[in-house]
Amino acid sequence: MLDNHILSLSIWVPILAGILVLFTGSDKNATLARWIALAGSVAGFLVTLPLYTRFDRADGDFQFQEGFDWIPSFNIHYHLGADGIAVPLILLTSFITVIVVLAGWEVIQKRVAQYMAAFLIMSGLMIGVFTALDAVLFYVFWEAMLIPMFLVIGVWGGPNRVYATIKFFLYTLLGSLLMLVAFIYLFHHTHSFEIVDYYMLPIPMEVQILIFMAFFMAFAVKIPMWPVHTWLPDAHVEAPTGGSVVLAAIMLKLGAYGFLRFAMPIAPDAAHYLSGFMITLSLIAVVYIALVALVQQDMKKLIAYSSISHMGFVTLGMFIFNPLGMEGGIVQMISHGFVSGALFLCVGVLYDRMHSRQIADYGGVVNTMPTFAAFAVLFAMANAGLPGTSGFVGEFMVILGALQQDFWYAFLAATTLIFGAAYTLWMVKRVFYGDIGNAHVAALKDVNRREFLILAILAAMTLGFGLYPAPLTEITHATVTQLLSHLAQSKLPGTI
Amino acid sequence: MTYMQKIYLLIPLLPLLAAVVVGLFGRKLPRFTAHLFTITGVGASFALSVLVFQDVLAGHIYNGAVYTWLTSGHTSFEVGFLIDPLSAMMMVVVTFVSLMVHIYTIGYMHEDPGYSRFFSYISLFTFSMLMLVMSNNFMQLFFGWEAVGLVSYLLIGFWYTRPTAIYANLKAFLVNRVGDFGFLLGIGMVLFFFGSLDYQAVFSVAPQFADMNVEIVPGHSWSLLTVVCLLLFVGAMGKSAQVPLHVWLPDSMEGPTPISALIHAATMVTAGIFMVARMSPLYELSTTALSTVMVIGAITALFMGFLGIIQNDIKRVVAYSTLSQLGYMTVALGASAYSVAIFHLMTHAFFKALLFLAAGSVIMGMHHDQDIRNMGGLRKYMPITWLTSLIGSLALIGTPFLSGFYSKDSIIEAAQMSHIPGSGFAYFAVLAGVFVTAFYSFRMYFLVFHGKSRWMEAKDDHGHGHDDHDHDDAHHHGLGPHDKPHESPWVVTLPLIALAIPSLVIGYLAIEPMLFGHFFSNVIFVDAEAHPTMHELAHHFHGAAAMGLHAFTSLPFLLAASGVALSWFFYMKRPDIPAAIRQRFELVYRILDNKYGFDAFNEKFFAGGSRLIGSKLWQIGDVTIIDGLFVNGTARLIGRVSAIIRHLQSGLIYHYAFAMIIGVFVLLTFFMKK
Repeated sequence: MLDNHILSLSIWVPILAGILVLFTGSDKNATLARWIALAGSVAGFLVTLPLYTRFDRADGDFQFQEGFDWIPSFNIHYHLGADGIAVPLILLTSFITVIVVLAGWEVIQKRVAQYMAAFLIMSGLMIGVFTALDAVLFYVFWEAMLIPMFLVIGVWGGPNRVYATIKFFLYTLLGSLLMLVAFIYLFHHTHSFEIVDYYMLPIPMEVQILIFMAFFMAFAVKIPMWPVHTWLPDAHVEAPTGGSVVLAAIMLKLGAYGFLRFAMPIAPDAAHYLSGFMITLSLIAVVYIALVALVQQDMKKLIAYSSISHMGFVTLGMFIFNPLGMEGGIVQMISHGFVSGALFLCVGVLYDRMHSRQIADYGGVVNTMPTFAAFAVLFAMANAGLPGTSGFVGEFMVILGALQQDFWYAFLAATTLIFGAAYTLWMVKRVFYGDIGNAHVAALKDVNRREFLILAILAAMTLGFGLYPAPLTEITHATVTQLLSHLAQSKLPGTI
Repeated sequence: MTYMQKIYLLIPLLPLLAAVVVGLFGRKLPRFTAHLFTITGVGASFALSVLVFQDVLAGHIYNGAVYTWLTSGHTSFEVGFLIDPLSAMMMVVVTFVSLMVHIYTIGYMHEDPGYSRFFSYISLFTFSMLMLVMSNNFMQLFFGWEAVGLVSYLLIGFWYTRPTAIYANLKAFLVNRVGDFGFLLGIGMVLFFFGSLDYQAVFSVAPQFADMNVEIVPGHSWSLLTVVCLLLFVGAMGKSAQVPLHVWLPDSMEGPTPISALIHAATMVTAGIFMVARMSPLYELSTTALSTVMVIGAITALFMGFLGIIQNDIKRVVAYSTLSQLGYMTVALGASAYSVAIFHLMTHAFFKALLFLAAGSVIMGMHHDQDIRNMGGLRKYMPITWLTSLIGSLALIGTPFLSGFYSKDSIIEAAQMSHIPGSGFAYFAVLAGVFVTAFYSFRMYFLVFHGKSRWMEAKDDHGHGHDDHDHDDAHHHGLGPHDKPHESPWVVTLPLIALAIPSLVIGYLAIEPMLFGHFFSNVIFVDAEAHPTMHELAHHFHGAAAMGLHAFTSLPFLLAASGVALSWFFYMKRPDIPAAIRQRFELVYRILDNKYGFDAFNEKFFAGGSRLIGSKLWQIGDVTIIDGLFVNGTARLIGRVSAIIRHLQSGLIYHYAFAMIIGVFVLLTFFMKK
């Protein structure tokens, strides 16, 4: 029976585990809370594995569908399904949750149960976002998942956390409300909240543009695209390590996923019409943000800006409308999940010891933490897009795809080869290389077994997908093909 | 999988396996296992490469995929091997030099705390380089291309506490990335227009595009193949250190000497040359591209040679010589004499690795003093190093019958015969380069091995000159006035001897099959009608012996001989003359000493400019405009507006009553008027 509810299990196992963790109560039972959280996150990961093994790679449609009527009077359903774009993201989410639980193991000493529960619940809600096929269900998950994130930043965050949380909240809320308006319009015309019904609805051009822009406001903020990106560096700087990891590894992808699931297929003509605009914003993200990253003094800010720059590749890939670009964008999302997550963990490892994120406070860390430095250099290289690491695959595909659209798109995108390497390796040089910078660095202890395990798992994923990305693209292939052919057909009234 | 296919796989994988094992567990295992594992790996790889080479000579060429990396749309990216005479020869050269360097490292690095790390890196390099040369497609080529860049980065910064080393490795990586930027765009053009990244597929369709034009810049129509070839060549300029992307190579000497020999002289830096030769079917279709290649090579060959004259660091002299020789190879490529370029690549790999390793041996003898002004007379103390250095230097300057002579003379002739625009300049540059090469090579040779032992006169401070080892207070740097240098141990001298033999004979043996035989006939493509250089070279060639004999009366030989003679006169007979010249031509010296200002320009303009733009974008774009004006501005605006509106809620009943009365009055007026 459970076989037909893989997606429900993927959502509710971590959420229930999170609630269970909450029952352990105060920090007296912190150890128990940690172990339940770990068990819950591992269980949450295991229940998503059949999505990979049982996924029919030849089928581009939604699979593992399940559902029942939820609010029949408004035709709202609890309807779940996952296609080749959602499946990798779901797996990434459940995987990263395990990592985050491990990463917070000893680091979090206050309100342990609540911290762990927040991440488990958030994991379930985010998987809900990736699997909802009903617009209202999607909206509920979309808004609900923000709550644990606010709490994570607001409770366990840094000194300026209130500013960061409010900025994050307001930025996000504005966009979400416009998305709701779009849903109401679509419901009005289809009397359905089924997303698939929206795909079939003919919409005039002006309305398509409005709908697209409404979705744009919701999703561009999440990705984040330039110029609505400034909440991200602040949020990252204030967030605890686990919060940064989830934010970078998964939350940013929700925006890109939103474009692929809603904005583009519902308003394909507008998507084509506005592609120049989207590409321009993406390229600004790639070039402008990379230059901004170059001059950051705070490691977390630097990686945050680097994330924005890398996400520029995702949106660039999507809006050049060819298979290389779109699949490259998806690969980039998954890869960025591992690499940026790993980099934030690396900063966390240093922050836990030194309580500083300033590059200037470090220097010569390799002398005292050689194993850690080896990991950090690997992830830095992946961030700089070195072939053999996952960071290369997506960028490579997107650049090749962009060139088929316009040489100059590829030209600007490829500058990341230089700037990406410059900001990443310059940071590596100042933090890790050189003589021991000060007495604090001299007293550093190398990674412990728990940290080693986390970094080693992420390193294996980074290298694995770099050397053999085919398992990933096999999953996305049929869906991307189907989506591109859908996007190639006009949805203007009278043309269908 | 056939028997041979398994061997093809083993050749790169054995060094990789050794690198991984030593890299991961090296710190836990006994020290000797580091060199045991890696030497076994690369040694087996060399033996198998020889086997493959013989198999290829027997006519067995292999081209096939190992696995599909990924598929997107209708494009498949594969990892696969192309085993033909070109790659087989490269495999033998790479694994042989690598094996020699591995052995040498036992002696050179034996005191270094990073012993196992070093072996792991050089084995990883061997793997990367083999993947590069064995590739049958552009994607894997790019993988190897960047992977060797990574290892180069790691090795230049091997002594990571030294500020100069970690500056140099970042610089090397970034400059190489500039090259890779062009290279990647070139690969993108190849995929877009030719529909594949597989060499064979691309080469077979390329001729159909010979007359196709593209408009990259609107209004300017350029030949597609010229654009593709030039973009790919940008990559070659980075990796093979051609002007203006050469700036990283001299600084790379911050790395330990064995890797200067392996990576920054014999193998990695020749990747660009190899790539262009591999792409000969494309380059043959664009005379414009060839002409550009030739001119850039000629500039590098001559002007980098000049810089070798004024260097006092023994490794830097050899480094500039490498730059100059890479320029020679590039000239050959531009003259459509791809096989000559590859031939010089091969001979150069042997004698330049020899020269570097010998320099390392000298550095060890001098207790890590690298300044040639402190040396002299080492001939007596280090006989094997001296003799092998002499062989290497003679080969480098093109002494008849030695390996460098055959390859270099062929390049000069090729430049002379070529009709491509720019060949006149190239011919002049390579000819003048012969004199320059001979001069700086023997300047170094005489200063190091002959004359007075100057460290005996040196004051007690060892302030000048670099030292090539980790700063370690217990360690003694440089020789004291009463010290005597010792010949290096056998693990160091054995590779010197093993490299000296091919430096002597390989040119004589290989010129006929490689340049004029059928060795490269199915690999390197030359359009004999458009570019008849090789044809004319063959016309003038009457056997290796005749070529050697004929050389004694030729212009290059006279130039080389006068270069040697002049350096002898300047540095052995009248050391006051160079000093006087230097004072007299202060400006010229300053230009050369500043390396034509490339470094200063890059540092100010590119590095400084990027940082400036970055901080302006951040401070003005993000902080002031987006956050200040829009985000916080919106918040402030709402705050201000509400601060004003707040006054309406005064809490006083009569205010509200007054407002109500006014309201009622207004409404009444409005409706009554209607």
